Amino acid sequence: MKEMIRLQGISKKFGDHIIIPSIDLTIHDGEFITLLGPSGCGKTTLLRMIAGLEQPTDGKIFLDDEDVTKLPPYKRDVNMVFQNYALFPHMTVEENIHFGLKMKNVPMDEQKERVEQVLYLTQLEELRKRRPQQMSGGQQQRVAIARALVNNPKVLLLDEPLGALDYQLRKNLQLELKNLQRGLGLTFIYVTHDQEEALTMSDRIVVMNKGVIEQDDNPDTIYHTPKTKFVAKFIGESNFFEHPTGETSVVRPEKLNLCPEDEENFTHPEPQLYGTVVDVVFYGTIDKVFVRLDNSNQTVVAYQYFDDVKRWQPDERVGIWWQPQDEVIVHK
Amino acid sequence: MPKTWRSHVLCAYAMAILAFLYLPLLILALYSFNESRINAVWSGFTFDWYLALFKNRRVLEALTNSLIVAFASTIVSTVLGTTAAIALNKYQYKYKSVINGLLYLPILIPEIVMGLSLLVLFSQAHIPLGKTSLILAHITFCVSFVVITVNARLEGMRPELEQAAMDLYATPFQTFRYVTLPLAMPGIVAGALMAFTLSIDDFIISFFVAGPNSTTLPLYIYAMVKRGISPEINALSTLLMLATIILVIIAQLLQPQHISKKEE
Repeated sequence: MKEMIRLQGISKKFGDHIIIPSIDLTIHDGEFITLLGPSGCGKTTLLRMIAGLEQPTDGKIFLDDEDVTKLPPYKRDVNMVFQNYALFPHMTVEENIHFGLKMKNVPMDEQKERVEQVLYLTQLEELRKRRPQQMSGGQQQRVAIARALVNNPKVLLLDEPLGALDYQLRKNLQLELKNLQRGLGLTFIYVTHDQEEALTMSDRIVVMNKGVIEQDDNPDTIYHTPKTKFVAKFIGESNFFEHPTGETSVVRPEKLNLCPEDEENFTHPEPQLYGTVVDVVFYGTIDKVFVRLDNSNQTVVAYQYFDDVKRWQPDERVGIWWQPQDEVIVHK
Repeated sequence: MPKTWRSHVLCAYAMAILAFLYLPLLILALYSFNESRINAVWSGFTFDWYLALFKNRRVLEALTNSLIVAFASTIVSTVLGTTAAIALNKYQYKYKSVINGLLYLPILIPEIVMGLSLLVLFSQAHIPLGKTSLILAHITFCVSFVVITVNARLEGMRPELEQAAMDLYATPFQTFRYVTLPLAMPGIVAGALMAFTLSIDDFIISFFVAGPNSTTLPLYIYAMVKRGISPEINALSTLLMLATIILVIIAQLLQPQHISKKEE
């Protein structure tokens, strides 16, 4: 696959404060890549540096094999969807979408044609004469995406574009965005702190923490074989086990199986641990069963589906077992 | 019912305050329509004094002077004030609050001190007193008001809007032309109206720095009063008051709080 963006030793300091020590990252053409991490991890700063709104302290940014490090934002062939959309309040939907083409001096006929196309694509045809403040959050979000897409950028940068919307709308728009990206074959760089969003939408997830890339893999690998404790903690729920050798391993709650302590003639492996159920919390599709392990203060959590043998009650004694391949060693 | 009793008293009190504030102005306006030359006696309704005003060459001259000074100082102070406000808003630097404070200071400094200091400055710099000195003086106190109103407008504007424009291929100039300026415009217009009002109304500072052939309306009214109050003055003052009120109302309607409410 063709290389679209290459970050080479990018670092960023604000005064004495180091946001990003040094990052190398390559993004391919047509990829949906997500920068995932807690707030303050440097993901938005990285995105803004690619857009040109922030200058890296050190390092180089290549866009389609061209060094754009020193180029101002208006000379870069990338477009950004801002967290709060940043729609121009004194312009209609149509005027907002026209803006980039107008600035680039695209011929009027072509402008009209492309705006029509994007209005159709984002289902905004009926709202074209509205002003942003007369629209709902979801509609404004569509305008923000249309305004960026109409320019046919090489890369679309999205800074938590769904962050301000409510849960149900977010779910729908996640799918829409993903379909849009696939349909257009565009390169998307998506910034979010929402791990679920990252897992469902991305081809590749870059997990960041304190300006450092913790792991860079596809969603499946990120979830099932987290490299570091941070990744395992940040994405999904995890049970950590400290080994006498000093190693830490992680087992996802859905991989933990429970059986009665006194079970006989079982076909599954011997339980590795025993404990007492302290709490069972109903989550709709699953029960989360919290078990305090014998001889330690640690509590582990196991997901139990209702097609499993039985529903557990607090104070029951249980054995815990898992398949060896489901236990992953992580780095600190 | 103690509550209604209290509200009645409060209402009466408010009325008394309003009467105290506006009765003199009302009486002035009323007597501008009085037929009699003597202020204390009401003898009938007339527009004669207004007609007389527009036939008085000296009044028209003062009005022309006032308008020239007001327009010139409004235009210059609006441009200066707007650019200053944009710069102050855009950049972060040391002593920002000190510089902001220095810009607001001319509003608080007693006008008599301003007038005197400007007079001293002009005579030291050998600038002859006249329309030029008057315009320069008016610019100095109008700029502060423009900076304040434009700044208030800009402060409510999110920096992402300008960033979005730049991201959409707008050069810094285009960003200013198509995004910053239109969004700041209500503040700029409000500031300009304020400046115009202040300039038209100013007496104290003008008194110090005006020269021959630069008598403005307030200065002319003052000169007329020295020769005794005539209904003509009342008519002139009423017109001046009316113009001021209209301008202030327009400026108020354009204030940022009204606009931001509409936009949210």
